This record gives sequence, structure tokens and C-alpha cells, in this order.
Amino acid sequence: MSRESLGRLELALTDKKVSGRKLLVPYVCGGFGDWVETIYAIIEAGADAVEVGIPFSDPIMDGPTIQEAAQKALEAGATPSQILSEVRRANFSVPIAVMTYYNIIHHAGHERFAKELEQCGVAGAIIPDLQLDEATDWIRVSGENGIENVLLAAPSTPPERLKRLADNSRGFVYGVGRMGVTGERASLADSASEIARRLKECTEKPVLVGVGVSDAGQAALVSRVSDGVIVGSALVRRLLQGGGPQAAHDFVGELRRGLDDG
Amino acid sequence: MSIMGPPSASGRFGEYGGRFVPESLIPACFELEAVFNEAWGDPEFVGEYRRILTEYGGRPTPVTELRRFSQKLGIRVFLKREDLAHTGSHKINNVIGQALLTRRMGKTRLIAETGAGQHGVATATAAALLGLECVVYMGEVDVARQALNVFRMKLLGASVISVVSGSRTLKDAINEAMREWVASVDSTHYCIGSVMGPHPYPYMVREFQRIVGDEALVQSKEILGGKVPDYVVACVGGGSNAAGTFAGFVDTTAKLVGVEPEGGAAINRGIPGVVHGMRSNLLQDDVGQVLEAHSISAGLDYPGVGPEHSYLASIGRATYVTANDDEVLNALQVLSKLEGIIPALEPAHAIAYVIREAGKEIPLGSTALVTMSGRGDKDAESVAQLLGDDV
Repeated sequence: MSRESLGRLELALTDKKVSGRKLLVPYVCGGFGDWVETIYAIIEAGADAVEVGIPFSDPIMDGPTIQEAAQKALEAGATPSQILSEVRRANFSVPIAVMTYYNIIHHAGHERFAKELEQCGVAGAIIPDLQLDEATDWIRVSGENGIENVLLAAPSTPPERLKRLADNSRGFVYGVGRMGVTGERASLADSASEIARRLKECTEKPVLVGVGVSDAGQAALVSRVSDGVIVGSALVRRLLQGGGPQAAHDFVGELRRGLDDG
Repeated sequence: MSIMGPPSASGRFGEYGGRFVPESLIPACFELEAVFNEAWGDPEFVGEYRRILTEYGGRPTPVTELRRFSQKLGIRVFLKREDLAHTGSHKINNVIGQALLTRRMGKTRLIAETGAGQHGVATATAAALLGLECVVYMGEVDVARQALNVFRMKLLGASVISVVSGSRTLKDAINEAMREWVASVDSTHYCIGSVMGPHPYPYMVREFQRIVGDEALVQSKEILGGKVPDYVVACVGGGSNAAGTFAGFVDTTAKLVGVEPEGGAAINRGIPGVVHGMRSNLLQDDVGQVLEAHSISAGLDYPGVGPEHSYLASIGRATYVTANDDEVLNALQVLSKLEGIIPALEPAHAIAYVIREAGKEIPLGSTALVTMSGRGDKDAESVAQLLGDDV
């Protein structure tokens, strides 16, 4: 794909990748605690893009940590529009991808939701329960509105499907690091490097691995194969335990150094 | 071609259904679809399924004419007696089918969600019969209100996991079972208890339950001298007993009526949405967060509904109505006293509709078949409380 046809998210990630940097995309739950300040802090600490969660009542791809943050955000009255308008006001200096579940988009309508994302300066969307076969219309509509829809590839995805999935993903390809839901693990699963290797073989797009990437050591290990990592639960746990933007800054700084030192 | 035939290649009934699950589960959905289609066309598999349901499950279940009840209402009412099937409800039909498929796929472990506990007990039973490991996910709230069923599952050798996330009821038990399935899909089959979830579940579970409607069609024709009942009525939560019943009658002249609980009426009060792997009618708020259902029957406390019911409603082939908690409690007592049959709270919704509409929506002199999807023993304690009685 020519450089001109790349979206904002893919362009930003590709430029950094080409410069030799490993990519770091932390997850922050929108509407939970001091989330806007947290995002400023983690950008300063070296995040290359940020995944902003729009909480959903029934998050089947999330483990207990992100479930808890999402539930707290919902109890505090968080809504998709309110989170998006804060993203717009904040005008972050790195690309933002929202992570949410499909019913939020289905309810709003594809066209309306894509336009709202675009108007709020969001670059990408990650929807774990909208797999390739169901995503055709949303990929088209979001694309027409300048939103890059990131598809997830799993350890169980067969080879032919993996290629199709990578071809249809925009922004980057999200390699799911293990068979399971989001959450911290004591060690990195072999499947994390394996999905990265399989994806790298079939796409030029940036390949980031998330789900079960829990600390700087694990991030560095999988990034020997992948172009970088997504880290969610390990960061959200620190916020749930009362660490504010400073704790997030410290942790993301650690991840950054881990990736930079290899 | 039946109105209730196979869904489209993408698993849709009209605009409803589909496969909205994480990528990790997609290969398992494809495998299940292929294995089910193959097995359902294999006389040996179907023969074993039917043999177990006959020798072990107590099929065919009878159709009973309710003489005193009918006289009081001025219409002829018949019950399809799924309450007499092994484990006390229609759930056994589905779990025997899925447990046999589990073995056919070479998997060794079953997981299931349960609300009232009937599907959990049925799954634990099928697992015991076929020597499979079984883990049942149940909301903490339901564990408390269905303690007897929790104990039955444990006796049958299953582990019961109390789910403390979200609203701690059926919808969260499904979420937790799906999360567990993502992590263990290699060895584990998720035995979904109703006509819901990603394709092929809504179709497959309806096919395993169609034995209810297929039997009832033959039986009611025998009783009615070759005619079919004017009305065929079943309660709807996820909608498995209704789907199985309707499948037998959908291509006849019978009017099909599904009865939803007033506090969990996805078709009557919901709009199309996506949760638990399917697009169907769903109770949701003004931004798409899923709402909790509330009724006196744990088995119908579900904010969604099987996609084929949304389809049947959209084309007008089935009508969906509601019954409220007071009508249901009354129906349960009326049927118990007039006929000596204590219904579960779920089918008491269908009975309540018949009582309310006899001589109104249902003209006097009509015939009506109601699926008695389960027996009332499990609810005795909560009904006693609601009636102000000490047990």
C-alpha cells in the first residue's frame, strides 16, 4: 500500500517502526478515574498511540481487571459521547484508537458512530467481538470516514484466514498473545511470539501483540518478533490500586525502557 | 421448504443471528457447525440421540388434556409434558445432543451457564452419563435462590462456579462461560442452554429441541382427529422450548404464541442489538448498554432472546405477548389445584396467557396446546415465600 493511502494511525506507527523503535500502545479505560490526565502522562512516558476503552456492560473479551475498571466507569455515569468529547477536547499528541464492543456501534449506527469518532479526532477502532466475517460494512463505513479498523488475530486462526484478516486490518494488526481474555500472567505464553511470527510472515503492516503482556521483560521478549505491544490490565491494575497518572507514567516509562533496551 | 429451515451461510434468520464472538472462538464455531451438520445427517448419531432420549430420558413425553381447567376456561387446553422428561424439563433434549457432539469432536469437558439451574442440572446429567468433566457457571444471585439445584449439580459430579461479575445473574454467567471457553476451547465444548449464542448454536439447539414439537404435532393430531390445535403456546426466555415446539407446527395453520415475562420481554420491549454472539432483540439503554431482566422466574431472566424468535416476530409468523408476575403466580396455583400439575414458573407464563385470553383473544371453543417446559419442584421455596407461606 502506498504511503499516501495509509491512515493516520498506520502512518504514525510505520514511521516509528521504520526508525527502529518498538511500538508501545497502552490501554486506558475511558471514564475511569483520572483517565485524561493518565493519557497525557503515558504519552510523555513514551506511548506511541493509546487505546481508549469505551466501557460496555458485557465485555466478554476482558478479564477481571478491565471488567472492574469498566464497571466503575459505568457506575460513574460514563457514556460513549462523553468519553469521545473529552478525547476531542484533550487533543492528544499521539493517535487514539477506541476499544469497545460492537453493540455500542450497532446501537449508534455505523455511519453516525464513525462520524462521531472522526469529529473527535479518533484515528482507529478495535472491536473484539466484531470478527472479520461480520465486519465488512463497518470496515467500509469507518474507512470512508477516515477511521482505521484494527482486526484481532488469534493463536487459533488458521493460516489462510490469518492472511485475509491481516489484509483487511487497518492501522495495525492486533495479535492476541494467548487463548484467553485480557489479564496479567506471570510469564509470556509461547503463543505470543508465535502469533507475531505468523503475522509478520503475511503482512507489512505493524504487528502488535496484546493480551497477557504484563511487564517490561515480557514486552521486550515478544517485541523481538513483533513490532511492539499493547499493555492493558497491568496498567489498569495500578490505577485500580489507587496509583494515579504518576504511577501510570512510571510503569509506561519502565515498559518504554524495556522495549528500547530490547 | 419450512419457514424454520436452516439459517443462511452466515447463520442468519432474516436479519438476525450471525457470529459476533472474539476471533479466538471462530475456528471452534466452524468446527461445531461442520460436526453438527454431519452428525445430524448421520443415522447412527441420530439413532443414538433418540435411543438415549427414549431409554434414559423418558421420551416421548405425553400430551395431557386438561379437562377441569378447560371446562373452567371454555377452551380445550392440552399440555405437552416436558415436565415428565428426565431432570424435569425439556433441557435434557438439547444436552444429550450436545454431549454426544462433544464426544464426536474428541473433547472431554463441558462448560455451561445456568439461570434457574435446570440447564446446569441437565448438562451435569449428560456429562455423568457420557463420562465428561462438567463445570457450570451460575450467577451468585441465582446460586442463592436455587440452592437445591446447585446441590443436585454437585451430586452429579459437576463443579459450580458462582459468578460475581456484573449483575450476577444469567447474563453474567454466560459472559463468564464464554470467557472460560476462549481460554479452554481446545479441550472444552460450551454447551449453551438455549437457542442463542453465535451460529450454529441457535439452529443446532432448535434442532435438538424440535423433538418436542414433532412429537406434539403427531400426538395432538391423534387427539383432535387429524386437526392441529388452533393455538400453540410456549414461554420464551432465550426461547428453546418455544423454538422446539414451534418447529413442529410452523408449517401448519396453528397460531404460534410466545409468552415473555413482563420484566424480560426482549421482543416486546427490546430493539435489535448484539450480545452473546448474536444479533437479536435486546433490552438495552439509550447508548447500547445491556439492561438486566427482572421476573420471578430465574429461567426467563434474560435481556435477549434467540434470533429465530426475532425473525418469526418480524415476519408475523409467531406472536409474542407478555405475562406479569401476579398473573404467573395465579396461573401456577390454578393449574395445581384444578389438574394436580405444579408447573415451573417459566411455563406458568404460558398458562397465565391462556387464562387471561380465553374468551378474549382466544375465542371460546378453541383448542390450545401449551408446552409444559418444566416441573415446579425447583420453585416451591420461592413460590412459598411470594405467597407468604413458611416452608
